[in-house]
Amino acid sequence: MHYLDNGATTPLCPQVKEAILTGMEQFGNPSSLHGVGLSAELQFREDAQVIREALGGDPKGKLLFTSGGTEANNLCLQGAARALRRRGDKLLVSAVEHASVLDTAKALEKEGFTVEYLPPESLTPEGVAQRADSRTILVSIMYMNNETGNLYPVTDIAKAVKRKAPQALFHSDMVQSFLKAPVKLKNSGIDFASVSGHKLHAPKGIGALYMAPGTRLHPLFYGGGQQGKTRPGTESTLLAHGFAAAVKAAQASQEQSAQHAAALNRLLHEQLQGVEPVVFNTQGEASPYTVNLSVPGIRSETMLHFLEARGVYVSSGSACAGGALSHVLAAYGLPAERIDSALRVSFSRMNTEEDVLALTQGIKDGIASLARKGRKA
Amino acid sequence: MKELILIKSGEIALKGLNKNSFEERMKKNILSAVKDLGPFSIKSAQSTMYLMPEGACDMDEAAERVGKVFGISAYTRAAECEKDFESIKATAAEYLHDQLMDVKTFKVNAKRADKKFPMTSPELCVELGGFLLEQFPHLSVDVHEPELNVVVEVRDFGAYLHGKSLRGAGGIPVGSSGKAMLLISGGIDSPVAGYMMAKRGVSLSAVHFMSPPYTSERAFLKVQSLARQMTDYTGPIKLYSVQFTEIQEAIRDRCEEEYFTLIMRRFMMRIAQRLARRSENLALITGESLGQVASQTMPALVCTDAVCRMPVLRPLIGMDKEEIVRISRAIGTFETSTLPYEDCCTVFTPKHPRTRPSPAAVEKEEAKLPVDELIEKALSTVESRLITH
Repeated sequence: MHYLDNGATTPLCPQVKEAILTGMEQFGNPSSLHGVGLSAELQFREDAQVIREALGGDPKGKLLFTSGGTEANNLCLQGAARALRRRGDKLLVSAVEHASVLDTAKALEKEGFTVEYLPPESLTPEGVAQRADSRTILVSIMYMNNETGNLYPVTDIAKAVKRKAPQALFHSDMVQSFLKAPVKLKNSGIDFASVSGHKLHAPKGIGALYMAPGTRLHPLFYGGGQQGKTRPGTESTLLAHGFAAAVKAAQASQEQSAQHAAALNRLLHEQLQGVEPVVFNTQGEASPYTVNLSVPGIRSETMLHFLEARGVYVSSGSACAGGALSHVLAAYGLPAERIDSALRVSFSRMNTEEDVLALTQGIKDGIASLARKGRKA
Repeated sequence: MKELILIKSGEIALKGLNKNSFEERMKKNILSAVKDLGPFSIKSAQSTMYLMPEGACDMDEAAERVGKVFGISAYTRAAECEKDFESIKATAAEYLHDQLMDVKTFKVNAKRADKKFPMTSPELCVELGGFLLEQFPHLSVDVHEPELNVVVEVRDFGAYLHGKSLRGAGGIPVGSSGKAMLLISGGIDSPVAGYMMAKRGVSLSAVHFMSPPYTSERAFLKVQSLARQMTDYTGPIKLYSVQFTEIQEAIRDRCEEEYFTLIMRRFMMRIAQRLARRSENLALITGESLGQVASQTMPALVCTDAVCRMPVLRPLIGMDKEEIVRISRAIGTFETSTLPYEDCCTVFTPKHPRTRPSPAAVEKEEAKLPVDELIEKALSTVESRLITH
């Protein structure tokens, strides 16, 4: 199997499986007063610390575990908007965000907030700061785009925004970039960051939201007061433990993995160099882990299934969009034909050169057979 | 570009012949605060200390820690550059970029200690000011009340550029006023009391009384994390823990309920004193505030102090709860202090404690107990651990 769809999800790595198996012995409820609860609480806190430290977060900041990236983004946007309502009513959101940010922003518009959607070319410190004003309460810009792999200079943007509108808070969806692009949240101007476990070889169902010291969010739901009352509900200790193990494993090989991804990325480009009609959609500052390309004339899904028959797995746009036309590529101004035929290739440290070669050979063969059929039709 | 931290000492600059030993103490404390961030060196010249990393290190964190070392009145992060004007200009534009972007008015302040440098201080001010105006067109010069004071210092050993100066923690260096033992319960007050005495140069040890099974391991972990939070300011703390259950049970079983807390406090003082003497502490510190609770009225303090043979420092004695909470929040212990675990002071609390006890009455009640025996037994349970950052 050549699994090149790691932006959608990743297989569990051995360290995570191990941590979860041994972690199963630790069944206590962290809120219990007795020793069984205490040891669960201590483990849970340690796991939160692992993730906060991997984000370069302030030790005084909070790390809340959530059910995933979508919940973390919802909690941040809805929670901040409602907590800050008295300060203002305006949100700035990039037009290339994941649906869990965009659709939350749209829902907030219905509640009376004003949302401005920023096109990708404006995602510079000046571009965003220019649009922030005294009514702006929250700015949300992802660090790494899930479809194209583009990196946006969120730290510089956050600083510029605060200079212009000191009351505004800054959120960044770091689900794709976590441990793939450098980050140090402490003193960065970024107040909130969302991350997710299953993009990093941890199980699905666990994510986290980092909150800088002094920030406050309204909860999405109410309950027993766990996690500072901001994310109540009995803590998902086992999944959190798996997440922490995944983070430790990714940290240990972070540098190496990045070089490995860059090598695979180069190989992919070399192999498809001059192969007509392949075009690379990812342009500019981008992570080596994700490549977006189009084979105009062959619809994404057709090519996807052709590759699948050869054991090569990629995605059309982002998996979450489930086949709908990519709003990200549209925001980048790509013509319909390229959007319609876009493929996303996303690497992990577990991929090999063979995976890339299987993919490139598959694309070449696909062009030979599918394009011909296309013409006949 | 090399970054460093310039440090101004506060009160110790006013000291007389002892000044050197205060300064040496402060240098030692600064180096120990940043030691796990990488190797640093420190030197002083003309009432300023220069704290320099010897390699790459987290300067944000280093500056934050320096901000918590007592004895410092102000500090600033600075960039070192070559002693020529081109390099000074380039460094100013790059290093102070963010700070200059944040303000609308500035002025340049030049200090030329190295008289071999070809430009005079006024020349440096004019030329560098002009250059920054060109580079940052949104700025204007305000020599009276600038939002940012850009300082360029030309010393014999290098040139330094810095902007915003930050207020230090004040006080005098920890360790220059001897050592004292803090009675720490886990509430809001005791960490604040410890912090305040450390600010006056006292190095701390601490004692905590535990009452298992009435109190839990979480309560003791809470005290350990409070002590750890305090070490940002106080340096390492030796924390002693004493098993206190048997004493509390003996008081409950044999003495009038209304004297329970007072007698308990007298036991704590006696035990703390014994531990303090063993480890060269000269005084005890408590977080008592006059009238806050029944055991902190003036007559109650008379009763507790009657068993003390060493000074009891009570820095919070004249403070309101609100003021104490404000400091607790500022030093970062409030959130931990308010975690809801039982501590030894909340178990067996009398319904109607005596607020105006007489020492004679307390002594009469206490005489029902084998005081010395109980104390020796409690002392035999003492454990200690060193709490560091």
